[in-house]
Order: sequence, then C-alpha cells, then structure tokens
Amino acid sequence: MTGITPKIRIRDLHKSFGSKKVLDGINLDVMPGTSFVIIGGSGSGKSVLLRCILGLITPDAGSIEIDGEDMLNATPRRQDALRGKIGMLFQNGALFDSLPVWENVTFGLLALKRITRKDARSHAGSILAQVGLDPSVGELYPSELSGGMQKRVGLARAIAAQPDILFFDEPTTGLDPIMGAVIDGLIVDCVKKLGSTAIAITHDMASAQRIGDEAAMLYKGQLIWQGPASSLMDSGNPMVDQFTHGRREGPITMELRR
Amino acid sequence: MLLDLVARLGRTTLGLIRAAGALTLFALSGLSHIVRPPFYGRVFLSTFLETGFFSLPVVALTALFSGGVIALQSYTGFAQYHVQSAIAGIVVLAVTRELGPVLAGLMVAGRVGAAMAAEIGTMRVTDQVDALSTLSTSPMKYLVAPRLLAGIIALPLLVMVADVLGVAGGFTVSVVKLGFSPHAYITATLNSVKVIDVTVGLVKAALFGFLIALMGCYYGYNSKGGAEGVGTATTSAVVAASILLLAFDYLLTDLFFSQ
Repeated sequence: MTGITPKIRIRDLHKSFGSKKVLDGINLDVMPGTSFVIIGGSGSGKSVLLRCILGLITPDAGSIEIDGEDMLNATPRRQDALRGKIGMLFQNGALFDSLPVWENVTFGLLALKRITRKDARSHAGSILAQVGLDPSVGELYPSELSGGMQKRVGLARAIAAQPDILFFDEPTTGLDPIMGAVIDGLIVDCVKKLGSTAIAITHDMASAQRIGDEAAMLYKGQLIWQGPASSLMDSGNPMVDQFTHGRREGPITMELRR
Repeated sequence: MLLDLVARLGRTTLGLIRAAGALTLFALSGLSHIVRPPFYGRVFLSTFLETGFFSLPVVALTALFSGGVIALQSYTGFAQYHVQSAIAGIVVLAVTRELGPVLAGLMVAGRVGAAMAAEIGTMRVTDQVDALSTLSTSPMKYLVAPRLLAGIIALPLLVMVADVLGVAGGFTVSVVKLGFSPHAYITATLNSVKVIDVTVGLVKAALFGFLIALMGCYYGYNSKGGAEGVGTATTSAVVAASILLLAFDYLLTDLFFSQ
C-alpha cells in the first residue's frame, strides 16, 4: 500500500460537545476504490465523524486530508471544491420538501452549472433509472414517496454528479430487510460503476457485510478495531463480537440514565 | 450568596453579548450574500410572492379597520373641543407615520416570519440544510439572502397599500357614519399628507421587513432538537421580530420626528 495516497486520511481527530468527548483521537486511512464501513452503537460518534470529513462540523484538533489535501486548513473556496468531490446519502434522505424529485436529483448539477434547467428533467430520469425508479417519479414531491423510494432518490442525488467519494449515513435504517438489501445492492452497483471510494456508517450487520470491503468499529469516540468486513462476525475482538452478535452481556455496557 | 448573584448576572450578560454578536454576524453574512453571486432568483420570487402578494389581504383588512377606528376615536375626543375637522389630518398622520408600517410589520411577522422560521427550522432538523452544503450550495446564499431581500422590498410595497387603505377606512367611517362631506374630507386629507411622513413610513417598512426576515431565518437556521425545537424557533422568531420592530419604530420616530 505504500506510495499510494489515501483518498481520505484522518489523524488524531478530536471533537467534544461541552464535556462530552465524541471523537477521541481517530486515525484512519481509506484507500482509493475501497468501500469502508464504520459500525458502532448509537451516539458512538459515527455521524459526527462523517460530518467532520464533510466540513459540516469543525473538529477541535487533528487533521483530515482528501486526496492528500488538508481539508481543515484549506481556503473556503478550496473546501467547497473538496466537498464537491463527495456525494452524501443522508440517514433520512434529507430531500428538499419544496422541490420535485427531478430537481432534487439534479440540484448539485444545476448548482455547479453542469446542466441547464431545460435538460435537467430528462437527465434526472436517466439517473433515477440507475437506482431502479421510473423516470415518472421525477414529477412527484418527496412527501409522496415511500421510505424506500426516498432512499433511492437520495442515492440518485448523491451519485448524480459522479463524485469520487460517496458517504452513506445509515443507508438501511427504517427499511424492511428486503428493501434494505435492495438499497445495499444499488449502493454496491453505483460505487463499482463510478469507481468511487465509499464510507458507510451503519449498525446493520447484514448491510455492513454487503456494502463493505473493510470495516472498523467506533466505540466511545475511538476506533477499537479495523479489519476486513467479511470478518466482522468473527473478529476475535470481544467488543466487536458482542456488538455484531447483539449480545447483552459483554465488555460493552450501556449507559442508562435512571 | 452575593457572589452567586454576580456570577449569574455575569453569565446572563455574557450570554446576551454572545447572542447579539452571533445575530450581527449572521445579519452581515446574509446581507453580503445578497450582493455576491450566484443569485437564486426563483427562491427570491417565491419568497417575495409569499411575503408581499399573499400578505396583501391580511394587511389590507388590518389597515382598513385601523383607519376607521382612528377616525371614530378621534371624533369621540375631538368633538368635545369642536375640532372634528382635524380628523382627516390625524388619520393620515397616524396611518402614514405609524399604523401603516407597524401594523403591516406585525401582521407579516406573524404570518411570514413564523413561516420562514418553521421552514428553515424543519430543513435544519431534517438535515436538508447540511444537504445543501454537500451539493455545492451555500445555505446562507440559498436560504437566507433571498428572504432578507424579499422582506426589504415587499414590506414597503405592502405599506403603500396599507397607507391608502388606512386613509380609505378613515374616509369611509367619517363620511358614512360621522356625516362628513366627502369633498371636504378628501381636501383635508390631501392638505395633510406630507412627503416626509410617507417616506419615513416606507423607510421604517424596509427596516421592519429586514428585521422580520432576519429573525425568521436566524431562529430557523439555529433551531435544534426536532419538532419541539422548530416550534420554539417559530415562537422566538415572531416574538423577537415584534419587539425589535416596536423598538426600532421608536428609535426611527425619535430620529426623524422629535423636535
């Protein structure tokens, strides 16, 4: 692996909200073309990590490089350019309620002036077809779609600009197992077709194994394990094993407020 | 005990200064995005229609009835001193200087300021604001700047309508109910209208429009915690806009009209 610049390199990343440490010295290299899955319980810092990489949250300390370029110390214009390399599928879709689906899908392309409004409708139809949706869906509004369709539209929006990097925040949350598998399949297809580097965060083990080449587990703001996604279910790490098998007893204790 | 009190006072003061600073920076950022491309004409037009055109009925009715009430109340008071002829002047002065801009502002704050806070707040708590950033679009430029501009332009237009209808309300009550001569009332009104009164009213309106949009955007943009957070943001936006509106109304009145 030496000599190849990681697509994303994170060093000693820290982030706290008040007295709560959310990220506590994260070090991570994601190599080009890799599908990387980060697992971890609710509140373990997975979403905060993604938002730090996207520049939506400013970390307290540490560095984030994208293609070898320092994201945190870049000029705002350069940060925008680096962010433009990333497509993101949000947990709840985050589709714009006030816009029809076709405008949601082509929003980024219109913002970058890579497409005219005149061509956007038909272009949206071809992207929607890539995620298994009929082009006529483009005329609907997000509130008229089912959860699974919203995820597909979110995926279509994320891949529309053919980004180098794709982020998936809990892509199967709230979906039935079959629809979850369909979305995972679409994600794998899209990532392969675009040749993108992907980071997915999830606590759905089936999804993690379907999407990921490599995986890591985040616990209390630290990466406690990293290895092939195929070995998630028998990692040999007691914490990972407890989490992936959903055991109540083990080294991970839930902090319950009484 | 005393130290606790001082500490609490200090914390409150610091909190207020911090909030004022954050609001000022937000306002400056929003204003700077109005003049820097790219411009989102479609967002501006839809917000302008919502703020201006769709607020017309409520502003028109408020102005019409308020003008009528001023005429009626003035008559009650002035009749004691046999100076009823001053009613037309009082109505036109009250409406153009104060009632037009203030009532239109308060109506728009309740209608549009709340809607802005609710819309942007919902976008915030459902990650739509973050999604904008990931799609090469500045949320300040796309969400805030067009709304500020729409507020600044729409309110003076609404106040022009409110001025006309407020005076019309006074005229209707004076002629129909109080028995004034239409010709005499109109002549008295035209003699009482002053350019400075109308101009200052419109300047006030532009400032009120800016304040209403600013509060709606600011509280919506910074809302947290789901539906409850959006509800709080909406209430705060309307309350803050209404108070600021009245405070700035006093300051501008003092600036332009105090002897």
